[in-house]
Amino acid sequence: MAQNMLSQKSKPSYGVIEMPDRITKRDYDTVVIGGGPAGLAAALEAREKGLETLVVETRDRLGGIPLQCIHPGFGIHYFKKDMTGPEFVYRFIDKLLSTDIDYTVKSYVNTAKYVSPMEKKLEIITPYGTEIVGTKTIIYAAGARERTRYEIGITGPNPAGIMTAGEAQTLMDMYGVMPGKRILIVGSGDVGLIMARRFVLEGAEVVGVAEILPYPSGLMRNVQQCLKDYGIPLLLSHMVISVKQCNGRVSSAVVVKVDENFKPIQGSEKEIECDTIVIAAGLKPRTKLLESLGAQIDPRTKGPVVNEYFETTIPGVFVAGNALIINDYVDYAVEQGELAALAATKYVDEKGIKIKKPVKIVLGRNMRLIVPQMLTLTSDVLFYGRVARPEDNVWLSFKEIGFKIPQLRVLPSIMIRQKIRLDKLRMLKTDTLTVEVIPRD
Amino acid sequence: MTKQVKKIICIVCPRGCEITVELEDGKIKSIKGYSCPLGKQYAEKEVVNPERILMSIVKCVGGDLPVVSVKTAKPIPLSRMIEASKALADIAVEAPVKIGDKIVENLLGLGIDVIATRPCHKQKEE
Ligand SMILES: Cc1cc2nc3c(=O)[nH]c(=O)nc-3n(C[C@H](O)[C@H](O)[C@H](O)COP(=O)(O)OP(=O)(O)OC[C@H]3O[C@@H](n4cnc5c(N)ncnc54)[C@H](O)[C@@H]3O)c2cc1C
Ligand code: SF4
Repeated sequence: MAQNMLSQKSKPSYGVIEMPDRITKRDYDTVVIGGGPAGLAAALEAREKGLETLVVETRDRLGGIPLQCIHPGFGIHYFKKDMTGPEFVYRFIDKLLSTDIDYTVKSYVNTAKYVSPMEKKLEIITPYGTEIVGTKTIIYAAGARERTRYEIGITGPNPAGIMTAGEAQTLMDMYGVMPGKRILIVGSGDVGLIMARRFVLEGAEVVGVAEILPYPSGLMRNVQQCLKDYGIPLLLSHMVISVKQCNGRVSSAVVVKVDENFKPIQGSEKEIECDTIVIAAGLKPRTKLLESLGAQIDPRTKGPVVNEYFETTIPGVFVAGNALIINDYVDYAVEQGELAALAATKYVDEKGIKIKKPVKIVLGRNMRLIVPQMLTLTSDVLFYGRVARPEDNVWLSFKEIGFKIPQLRVLPSIMIRQKIRLDKLRMLKTDTLTVEVIPRD
Repeated sequence: MTKQVKKIICIVCPRGCEITVELEDGKIKSIKGYSCPLGKQYAEKEVVNPERILMSIVKCVGGDLPVVSVKTAKPIPLSRMIEASKALADIAVEAPVKIGDKIVENLLGLGIDVIATRPCHKQKEE
């Protein structure tokens, strides 16, 4: 089958012109699954380090989520410049197109098999047929999927007009189709806030943003520039419990106020008229393929368990971006992509990642989740984590090595990113390392 | 003498510092709470004339996508955002479009151009 494909250079065009794709080899050093920011950054870094690289992307074009995020707010850390999502990601796409990195769009990895430490077999379904490709390493960067209405307990009928934020965003900002006229948004994370502003600017009315927590879960800057700027109501401590319909279209949503234990308060139900309900209730790392490979999943991050090389429990299978942990900024996804590529290079060069001393990371006081979850103790470590609740004036402490960093404020909505150098980690006497947030006095 | 204290949230970067501006007779007396010079600049502007970058889409004829995303090359007054966005709803351009191409000159007479932020490739005939 692969042979057939090699000769098939004049492929039919599938809409996306100036992006001719190609799989030119049967064996790669690394196959990057997912062509979003994390995957593109990983591929560029891997190629730069000399790895034969293939990128596999399911959508009809490279770029991932930023393609449809047309607001500014991308790249402040990475390019030291405030860009929109497409401007940001096209820097990577354009660079990739100027290299000899292979890629294929509208393609999808159907099965992945671990054959041996230096060989994984991928069955890739492309518009031109099924390809079997061998690779020494995999960098999994398939991003995250959105939580649906059912995962947040919205019952009732399923008329037209209920969609996720990402679906609404794709419809409106990639295909120019307005999803509705009177819109209720569920969830006040950054995605919900940003979508509220976009709907208003495109002429829709946003009747409210319902949030179950007593505070907005997105960044304050987005509460300001997306809601307050346009006077959009934020319904805190409110949850949507059901949907009503009329002629097959949403006609209203029933919301209820909740107490501090998220229990509905009797008699507080009210009906909000709307024709569209947009669910912005958070993201969950995509892990299906990793699970099929047998990778261990962390119930906290909902992503895979990894070491400091972002290597999963399957040797040579690395993860980056939102497939690893839900990132606040694209810059972190890119950083993880680059680190995963360096790790894959090390893996290829040294025929595996050696473990000096296996260490387990333990979540201590006020830490909700963290990656990596384990260490090999052979390299510096970049930790990404989230706290469980807001707290002021605290230490971020790495207990067993006696290392503490002062923090003025920690918030669940702001990811903690902390580098710890290997010389510090070498002081570890135990086989666990506890990460905790403790009061400063 | 009228004293006024305005609390604003800096939107320049995700850190979202809360900045307190003290005004006396409409003049800035003090600015506190910012963590970098950009935040100070932002606060000075925000209390007198809040401005934002407008982002939107315009139709793109003959392209691989039916719309192309755009933004104002510079921030425009917040009070004109909706009006400006409405003005863009009637615009159509022809593919191909490159990032940075000028889509509208001098939007609403504000002296600010609208530029493309996503390429739109020409759809090839089959
Ligand atoms: C509404 C919204 C606003 C945002 N605003 C900002 C912002 O202002 N600033 C900022 O820094 N960040 C922002 N982000 C976050 C940013 O978009 C993400 O951090 C970033 O896109 C993560 O990159 P990624 O490569 O991990 O995942 P993605 O961008 O999701 O890319 C994953 C890619 O993998 C592909 N894929 C999925 N499954 C498979 C498979 N099985 N095989 C092959 N390919 C697959 C997908 O099609 C996709 O192209 C925003 C996100 C959203 C949703
Ligand atoms: S003051 Fe500086 S650090 Fe604080 S939010 Fe503004 S730009 Fe960011």
